[in-house]
Amino acid sequence: MTAPVETKLGLPQDRIDQARELAERIARPVNQFIERHTTVSVERATLRLAGVDGANAEGIPVPNLVVDQVRDRLEDGALLPYINALLRTGDTVEGLNQRIAQGFRVDELPLSDRGALERKAEELVESFATHVKARRAWRAACKERFAGKNHSPLLYVIVATGNIHEDVQQARAAVYQGADVVAVIRTTAQSLLDYVPYGATTEGFGGTYATQENFRIMRSALDEEMERHERYVHLTNYASGLCMPEISAMGAIERLDMMLNDSIYGILFRDINMYRTFVDQKFSRMINAFGGIIINTGEDNYLTTSDAVEKAHTVLASQFLNERFARDAGLPPRLMGLGHAFEMDPSIPNGFLWELAQARMAREIFPEHPLKYMPPTKHMTGNIFMGHVQNTMFNFASMATEQGIHLLGMLTEAIHTPFMMDRALSLENARYVMNSMKDFASEIEFKKDGLIVGRAREVLDKTVDFLEVLERIGMMEALEQGLFAEVKRPRDMGKGLEGIQEKGPNYYNPFETYLANELGLTAN
Amino acid sequence: MIARPYGDTLDDGAVQFSFTLPVPEGPLGREAARHLVEKWGFDQVDVVHSHALAEEFSFYVAYGRTATGIDLSTIQVEEATGPSVYTMDEANEVVRTRLGRKVVVVGACTGFDAHTVGIDAIMNMKGYDHHFGLERYPEFEAYNLGAQVPNEKLIDFAVKVKADAILISQVVTQKDVHIQNLTQFIEMLQARGLREQFVVLVGGSRIGNKLAVELGFDGGFGKGTFADHVATFIVDRLLEREA
Repeated sequence: MTAPVETKLGLPQDRIDQARELAERIARPVNQFIERHTTVSVERATLRLAGVDGANAEGIPVPNLVVDQVRDRLEDGALLPYINALLRTGDTVEGLNQRIAQGFRVDELPLSDRGALERKAEELVESFATHVKARRAWRAACKERFAGKNHSPLLYVIVATGNIHEDVQQARAAVYQGADVVAVIRTTAQSLLDYVPYGATTEGFGGTYATQENFRIMRSALDEEMERHERYVHLTNYASGLCMPEISAMGAIERLDMMLNDSIYGILFRDINMYRTFVDQKFSRMINAFGGIIINTGEDNYLTTSDAVEKAHTVLASQFLNERFARDAGLPPRLMGLGHAFEMDPSIPNGFLWELAQARMAREIFPEHPLKYMPPTKHMTGNIFMGHVQNTMFNFASMATEQGIHLLGMLTEAIHTPFMMDRALSLENARYVMNSMKDFASEIEFKKDGLIVGRAREVLDKTVDFLEVLERIGMMEALEQGLFAEVKRPRDMGKGLEGIQEKGPNYYNPFETYLANELGLTAN
Repeated sequence: MIARPYGDTLDDGAVQFSFTLPVPEGPLGREAARHLVEKWGFDQVDVVHSHALAEEFSFYVAYGRTATGIDLSTIQVEEATGPSVYTMDEANEVVRTRLGRKVVVVGACTGFDAHTVGIDAIMNMKGYDHHFGLERYPEFEAYNLGAQVPNEKLIDFAVKVKADAILISQVVTQKDVHIQNLTQFIEMLQARGLREQFVVLVGGSRIGNKLAVELGFDGGFGKGTFADHVATFIVDRLLEREA
């Protein structure tokens, strides 16, 4: 993944630079909005970083209880009243969490001495930082110990039974079969919940709830499998939806390795309010950056609603924007798993050539980024035999264009969440293709002015044109007009709008300040 | 006529299987797999392949032959549309000449289902597999509300735009979550006295016409459905109603 990427397409560097400059200008006003705001989810994430956890008898998480108590003073942030309660009660974090779960209010206590509050906050920040740094160091040590044992690209599979204990069975089998990355797909309802459920869960639809306990259960199972198979096994979940930053916080604490995390996906595909999403994605990405978590962006989704040939430039434009927003949140390129997908209609003549062009183009424009390549879904049918062939072509394209993270296609894609044997057949397919064409990418060149080179340049040109339009009309207007994925999202509509809060002059968030400093971002 | 599975000779009854057993790979597993297929009523069973999926799981490919056939004269097919389906141009022509007004269609993927691929295939301008979607039909006014739309919101919207037809897509069918959701939709329509006001259709890869009608819908559409089929059903049903 870190080998230098050779230039085979001869893409004009000035056009690439121009696209990056446009992305920077498009993101600027959005970033200005972000700086001035917080959200209920950012505040809950901050509390989680401080150790706030647990739930009351009705299952309402303690971070939600605290934020609900201080909702009308949220412009100051939710942390200060919590810390004040720690000082006033003399409780430990765990003790106070329990007390709050039983109905204790943190917002009715007289405020302690400012200096004492800040010293307590520093202590909590320090304890969080020490914990996450230790997790990062452990990950680095494991990767060092098993260096060279992962596939390249990383073979990524999903488990989605709804029951975390059954997921563990499936995940263990997947590691046995050769997987490098296991993603636990979330239950389809979760992105729209404005809280993170608590504890181990055994019921979900099309996936399993993301909870901190579920993270812990899967992490410990995968670590066992890592020792057994002498291969680092990455764990992935979804920092998306209304609880984007909170899931990132849980992920950093429990050492997840990857998070699905996109700057605009929730707006387009989950109808989450755009202001909410923009503010949430920033803090969530800061936490991911500090936790050493690779983000996976969601550009593949554009092509499930739009055509892979006609709309290829919207994928590239979104990659530039995701890159920009990620950079502004302190993520280095090696943690940016920009997404794209093999969604070419199999009936198009030369469709595979266009796909190669687009995949290679992404590789060369984002040379240090572990690109996340997604398998065919839109054109998968119930014909599992043909589906297996489509996946083989996808495996070929991925290997030929040196992708970073390879999400395996399932032959039963259009039918059900993967059976154990589906995953095994997929892994067998991918390992065969990848082994037998190990050095293929370094052996090939593309014909100058041939179809592939021409296609890549065309997409880049159209992307620059598209970004120019976005820059002219503005990001938020573009979303309102449906310029992405043909979905229109008014700025004052969508879920989670009520959770947005302008920061007051006394806004206090030492975790945010700490992260900004650590990540080399200018402090707020 | 009695139909039997066909391998390479009429009535040979050849069937191919693949399945997983929670048994370690080995002679015991292979023999168990063979017995299992025999127990299902197949003869000349041959387990042609097996390998381990994990320490405790193994995968099998097997063949067997069946003497069972099916008498085609006993089979009734329940498709929402008959064999003749309007093309896009024909559907528009029928609406123009015989209905004399635009057809308003509202579609959504409802409940917690976040997969718009089905509703998009039927409604989006682009359509699917070279069959344009309803947004492309000049005589149709099509509103695609997207995913995770609550049933109530969908009904409110349909009332607001005076819809002729409501399309619901359900892709996630795990643990029959779609049945509860679809039942709730029909109950809501009935409770508000609106059931007869709309042609209500449901589609999805695991949806059939039979199930849809049982749940109280006018029709159901499964795999292989294009906008053409849906438009045909709506247009014919509206003509019937207004005749």
